[in-house]
Amino acid sequence: MRIALFATCIVDAMYPETAKSTVKILERLGHEVIFPAGQACCGQMHINSGYMPEALPVVENHVKAFERSDYDVAVAPSGSCVSSVKHQHPVLAKRLGKPELKERAEAVGAKTYELSQLLTDVLGITNAAEQLGSYFPHTITYHPSCHGMRTLGLEDRQLNLLKSVGGITVEELPEADQCCGFGGTFSLKNSEVSSAMLDDKVKNICSTGASLCAGGDVSCLMHIGGGLSRSGQRPGTMHLADILASTREMEVAL
Amino acid sequence: MSQVFLGMPAPGAGNLFAEEQFPAAAHRELGNTQLRANLRHATHTIRDKRIRVVGELPDWEALRDAGSAIKDASMANLDQRLEEFEKNFTARGGIIHWARDADEANQIVTRLVRDTGSDEVVKVKSMATQEIGLNEHLEAQGIAAFETDLAELIVQLDHDKPSHILVPAIHKNRTEVRDIFLREMPQVDPALTNEPAKLAEAARLHLRKKFLSAKVAISGANFALADTGTLGVVESEGNGRMCLTLPETLITVMGIEKVLPNWQDIEVFMQLLPRSSTGERMNPYTSLWTGVTENDGPQNVHLVLLDNGRTRALSDKFGRTALNCIRCSACMNVCPVYERTGGHAYGSTYPGPIGAILSPLLTGIEAEENNSLPYASSLCGACYDACPVKINIPEILVHLRGEDVDSKRGKKLLPTQMDLLMKGGSWALSSGNHLGLLEKALPLGKLVAGKDKKIKKLPGIAAGWTSSRDLPAPPSKSFRDWWKSEKEGK
Ligand code: SF4
Repeated sequence: MRIALFATCIVDAMYPETAKSTVKILERLGHEVIFPAGQACCGQMHINSGYMPEALPVVENHVKAFERSDYDVAVAPSGSCVSSVKHQHPVLAKRLGKPELKERAEAVGAKTYELSQLLTDVLGITNAAEQLGSYFPHTITYHPSCHGMRTLGLEDRQLNLLKSVGGITVEELPEADQCCGFGGTFSLKNSEVSSAMLDDKVKNICSTGASLCAGGDVSCLMHIGGGLSRSGQRPGTMHLADILASTREMEVAL
Repeated sequence: MSQVFLGMPAPGAGNLFAEEQFPAAAHRELGNTQLRANLRHATHTIRDKRIRVVGELPDWEALRDAGSAIKDASMANLDQRLEEFEKNFTARGGIIHWARDADEANQIVTRLVRDTGSDEVVKVKSMATQEIGLNEHLEAQGIAAFETDLAELIVQLDHDKPSHILVPAIHKNRTEVRDIFLREMPQVDPALTNEPAKLAEAARLHLRKKFLSAKVAISGANFALADTGTLGVVESEGNGRMCLTLPETLITVMGIEKVLPNWQDIEVFMQLLPRSSTGERMNPYTSLWTGVTENDGPQNVHLVLLDNGRTRALSDKFGRTALNCIRCSACMNVCPVYERTGGHAYGSTYPGPIGAILSPLLTGIEAEENNSLPYASSLCGACYDACPVKINIPEILVHLRGEDVDSKRGKKLLPTQMDLLMKGGSWALSSGNHLGLLEKALPLGKLVAGKDKKIKKLPGIAAGWTSSRDLPAPPSKSFRDWWKSEKEGK
């Protein structure tokens, strides 16, 4: 299969390893990965902050970049950015009176998958240790990010993939379905409420005794990791893709 | 509000306004640790109950779809539904009054009470009368209004404001309630304990005399059925039933959006509402009345149909589904923001996720501090998941943020930091080349970071982030650059 990677702006600029891991996993399965060059961002930050006209060129750019290339499916290591591509882009186009863009955005959205969705639903991965050679001999816990869980309805796809990694122990996270408080610019505009939510997430993660908290969105992980680091707690955070990419031969360090 | 909106239906007034920006109000409420403990306990208990009873129904999702479809259909022809209701309600001896806004509704009710010669009324728990500030208005006119719902009574005795639409005293624990009773109930037993049964008994004794003597009752309504002209109130305690049946005069105040097309529709809502609100399969008391029944119950039956910004909300095609709300309160019970700030932080009668969209939709985004309400959400979507009529609250929150930003364009002398961030971001993120160019500066991030590769202090709006979170130092090379050199050999 020819798979177009949508790295997402935050992974591209802040967490390039997570995009490399995504490429590694897909190539390991024998697929060809391409990186549509014009891509930048899904525009979610602008849309969620209410800056709709400013979001328009960002969305237009994404649609253009992903309708131009020749590929079977597109994938992003983020539930949130994929939700935006699938759901927010058509809504924005409608709001700004751009029916043609709406149609094009829907076509791109229909071909775009979140990583665990692609692996499970399209590529038939049910056992990461066997099918991907994933090996990660550590105790982790897992936070399901809101947009993946609720907007995309990922259910246990990410968790099941993690549980099937060789050598791993997955501790259940208490109140896992509670938002970590990130919410994009919410963490700036309402930083105190956001911090209060983060506090509880940090406490719950620490209560599991895990060495790290895994998840499917680097933005939430950056938020949770920032809180863990500030509180001086041991656990760090790691993206699902990085754990799946880890093998016996090339173990990803904590 | 003296603003005139040309071509735009009139905005709502009354208790629909945030009085300060949400972050400032939240700051105050977050500091109240007792409040947070009470809220956490109460919201978590009710969440678990709701999930249990909702899980029992195999057709829950189909019921939600039906509820949403009935509401949409009703709202699409609201004018006709209301006229049909008026015709049927009037034919059975009821009297309809139309109120454009809170002021008009208050005046109508005052006049109706005066006409009876009474100077006191008993009240059934009602959001509409909270919204218009009826109790305060009546008091100013020399008419005493007695809340009979236990939680409303607690709030009223404490001269406080409700903080939740279903459990108005959710911010108080049992001991606080006992103290209020000891302080405010004239003939209370001084040995009163904080046991729920004892507290309920004290309230009952306090209210009994009122039930027996009151000549006028004032209620809200959960729904109105157009084809039969019937009104309905759904409650738990039975105090509402007493008010609806004992007095001679019954005055109901109801928002115009509460009308449903058919009698049969209550089948759907009687399954959705109790499960979503109290987490019960069925509520203990459902009262339905159609006009006047001779020699049985109130002989003077009035209904005040309240607009107060509803027509305005209905004219917003991206926000109008907020009017489908059946006031079950599930969205606030599951909301992580509400759980931490409580209802008072929202200012308006309607707190939580629904309040954050409904208040600005009713009043207009520019009214008072209501423009801060749509930002009081991390957009986690728990409200949308819980809502029995599937109101896409996160999408409407985002829509209203857009309204807020648009309403300020061209009005400010200087752009805010957020404006600049968004303008710059729009340039940077709308092209792979632009973003690639900026990413060349990533290594500079190392200069801001400490030895431990963490950034601990940032200026301006970013300080909100570093107040409680570190930021990792950025990598030296973006993925884009890595891809170019590794995969494309450039
Ligand atoms: S918005 Fe939905 S969940 Fe919230 S109170 Fe209204 S009906 Fe209930």
